[in-house]
Amino acid sequence: MEVNEQIAIDHGLKSEEYKKICKLLKRTPNITELGIFSAMWNEHCSYKSSRLHLKKLPTKGKKVIQGPGENAGIIDIEDGDAIVFKIESHNHPSFIEPYQGAATGVGGIMRDVFTMGARPIANLNSIHFGSPQHKKTKNLLRGVVHGIGGYGNCMGVPTIAGQTSFDSSYNGNILVNAMTLGLVKKNKIFYSKAAGLNKPVIYVGSKTGRDGIHGASMASASFDEKIEEKKPTVQVGDPFTEKLLLEACLELMAGDSIIAIQDMGAAGLTSSSIEMASKGNLGIEIDLNKVPCRETKMTPYEIMLSESQERMLIVLENGKEETAKKIFDKWNLDFAVIGKTTNSKNIELFFNQEQVAKIPVNILVENSPMYDRKWKKSKLPKKNKIKNEVLNKLKIKDVLKKVLLNQNICSKEWIWQQYDHTVMGDTIQKPGGDSGVVRVHGTNKAVAASVDSSAVYCWAHPLTGGKQVVAESWRNLISVGAKPIAITNCLNFGSPEKEDNMGEFVECVQGIGEASKYLNFPVVSGNVSFYNQTKEVGIKPTPSIGGVGLIKDYKKMISMDLKEIDNLVLIIGKTEGHIDQSLFARTILDEKNGPPPEVNLFNEKNNGESILNLIDKGYVKSAHDISLGGLLVAISKMCIKGNKGIKINKSKNLINEIEYFFAEDQGRYLIEVNKKDLKEVTKILNKNSVHHEELGIITQNDMIINEKTKVTIDELKSYYTNWLSKYMS
Amino acid sequence: MKSSVITFPGSNCDRDMDVALKKFGFTNKMVWHDDNKLPKSDLVVLPGGFSYGDYLRCGSMASKSKIMQSVINFAKSGGLVMGICNGFQILVETGLVPGVLLRNKYLEFICKNVFVKLDNKENTYFKNLNKDVLELHIAHNEGNYFCTKDQLKEIKDNNQIAIYYCNSDGKIEDQYNPNGSLKNIAGIFNKEKNVLGMMPHPERMIDESLSGEDGSLFFKNLLNNIR
Repeated sequence: MEVNEQIAIDHGLKSEEYKKICKLLKRTPNITELGIFSAMWNEHCSYKSSRLHLKKLPTKGKKVIQGPGENAGIIDIEDGDAIVFKIESHNHPSFIEPYQGAATGVGGIMRDVFTMGARPIANLNSIHFGSPQHKKTKNLLRGVVHGIGGYGNCMGVPTIAGQTSFDSSYNGNILVNAMTLGLVKKNKIFYSKAAGLNKPVIYVGSKTGRDGIHGASMASASFDEKIEEKKPTVQVGDPFTEKLLLEACLELMAGDSIIAIQDMGAAGLTSSSIEMASKGNLGIEIDLNKVPCRETKMTPYEIMLSESQERMLIVLENGKEETAKKIFDKWNLDFAVIGKTTNSKNIELFFNQEQVAKIPVNILVENSPMYDRKWKKSKLPKKNKIKNEVLNKLKIKDVLKKVLLNQNICSKEWIWQQYDHTVMGDTIQKPGGDSGVVRVHGTNKAVAASVDSSAVYCWAHPLTGGKQVVAESWRNLISVGAKPIAITNCLNFGSPEKEDNMGEFVECVQGIGEASKYLNFPVVSGNVSFYNQTKEVGIKPTPSIGGVGLIKDYKKMISMDLKEIDNLVLIIGKTEGHIDQSLFARTILDEKNGPPPEVNLFNEKNNGESILNLIDKGYVKSAHDISLGGLLVAISKMCIKGNKGIKINKSKNLINEIEYFFAEDQGRYLIEVNKKDLKEVTKILNKNSVHHEELGIITQNDMIINEKTKVTIDELKSYYTNWLSKYMS
Repeated sequence: MKSSVITFPGSNCDRDMDVALKKFGFTNKMVWHDDNKLPKSDLVVLPGGFSYGDYLRCGSMASKSKIMQSVINFAKSGGLVMGICNGFQILVETGLVPGVLLRNKYLEFICKNVFVKLDNKENTYFKNLNKDVLELHIAHNEGNYFCTKDQLKEIKDNNQIAIYYCNSDGKIEDQYNPNGSLKNIAGIFNKEKNVLGMMPHPERMIDESLSGEDGSLFFKNLLNNIR
């Protein structure tokens, strides 16, 4: 087939990009080469619209072993141990085929982690769906949950935490972000940088089929009414093979055979081989006839662009082929020497003894397009003036009921009960808490992880929203007693070619950067997903932040369930009564305008560190951060989990009662302390200038608000727990 | 006391079982599915997971793997064989215990704590246990026990029902049945009571920081009984 500009455009390349290719090659590419360019230069693989801005994120820190640019980020958790982690999107395929899309998202992120030599020890996910009333939502939710469970459960890796939201902006584009943490010894980390000449290039894992061709390109474009036709671009997952691949790789990694290893994820063999060559400043030569294929008569083009799952590319030390083959034979996996490293600095492909592609590696990588897209700055919206008469008409109990029943607040147990969250025998905090916590096997340490996003805040004011998500992640780790170490981000946005969407991206990234810098909470890995858009309608900007922290003595872990009657609950952080963009304002008052709550990074840091100090001294019996829904929702959850009541004092604040209970001011927590410790706790908080007040005293049952409103624990439970399972049945 | 845990391709609770057995004093060996011979053992465990991906009927491929002939012979000669979760599914497929395990009633994977009532303590597994109700953990997609009427009569007559799903007080009612199992059956013995298959995972309940500690009771007691 003769390649021309139209064919290039059909591959998702822009006209000027095609011209650039011809100029760099000094000739017209053939169809295989064009396929390779389109795979490497699409948004998903090249980050062409985002690179410029991502560079500004803080990525370094004392605990950072590996920042962005590898398969995943790595942090030091002392004693020679390290945690490898990353979050990644699988949004587009999950909308087209929810089960397989979500499943392969989970499979892909786990591969990214074990490629680096780490055994996966925990999975998390952040999933976002359209309005519950939308006709597709139920099936998409069911499919995605089954897919995540189907893959993670079979792999035997616990899914320990997650986040689910519903918003009509996801009606045409759901989000599925999957995160994995792995444990590795610091001196046994593996990288993708090839080194040495004439080293054998090995293909292991599943066979290559025609599935997933152009998957990465599909994920780099908006949807339209023909989206169903794209089903063949969705990969099909086989968690069983991945489990074998995991065990086989870890077995091989225990020795010293591997020089470099890279999983075949987006853009399959193309991006994995080019990445290894590029990082090693080498060439690579591949005989495509040697690639194990599942189907007959596959062309070089199809072999290079297939996104069949559960495959790895390895550069081995010479003479280690037999050792390696034995291991893969034992696990019944394909093993083939398909090429070697060269000093040509080209990627050279052969098929039936003919050269079918020859491209200088640097053209594909360093010369890939980078755009400084136009973007629009957002103004901070004006505050709404909500009249006291409106608020005074509302009954607290009615509002609390509606808020707890809300799809974005209510219990997600229906979801996480379908994920194996206890396999591996180290899960000490299950889903439903502020963070999931797993012990570092065989030690006294534990690792906490949380995944968060606040699309509504990001939509109202991207800069504040970006900061807020990082702060929330930080608070969720603090609340379980973990010292926050680093984050991974999954940046889900609309089209970068639209100034509004690009502006949301730029300013959210700026906010994320500011907060992570201030909190010393660097970004060590991540992924960008643009074009979450159907025709002209994009999603609300949804950066998901995955935070990871360390608990040095797992016995000091904190959970949110109230522990003991007669203990006191303190509010840490000041309640100002910020109602705009709160769940209360949006759902009860139907008021969608106004600015999100302000994020004061000094307070976030000071409050968080002071709580860690109190936890370390043993004063905190339970803790929970105050976030979506506000104060009353936070204490309700603590009551429900601990099966206890609370007698809430009348607020000394002058703000309206409703504002006091449902405002979403940031930097706040609830902590439970014993009466006898109150003096000491107050002393420490005062010394650190942390605003605090007493919320009330824990009782056997019933939540009593201001001596006049009574809500029983059973009522709270019934509001909070039933919505989702009823919706899904 | 010596134990062996079989690792099939796709097993994923093999390490957890190894950790639990060692914690309570067993000397445990991991045995590969492709081996012919079992090491000398006082107890053989078929662990949970997704053997061979469970793409066929759960446990059916594993029940035909090389090591299983030795396991079957060991069981038939009176040796203790315990199958947990996928291990229970494998036992059912070998015919060592009667019945089948169907998909859960609501067609969803379930991971949660459950209570089980011990029905029969006249066996090595539960003898001397000072509790009648244990809190254990389930995590499965196909744990819905079923057998024919004749089989049910037979297993009842022979006291082969090991544990029932129940509430914390030991009440066996439909509402405490997580997966639709016939008569709330969560685990059964062979006729001789040396083979036990059960869906719940005692190995996930072995210290206070985890979901509970009743697994510890189970393993300690089992070790004492074998001694």
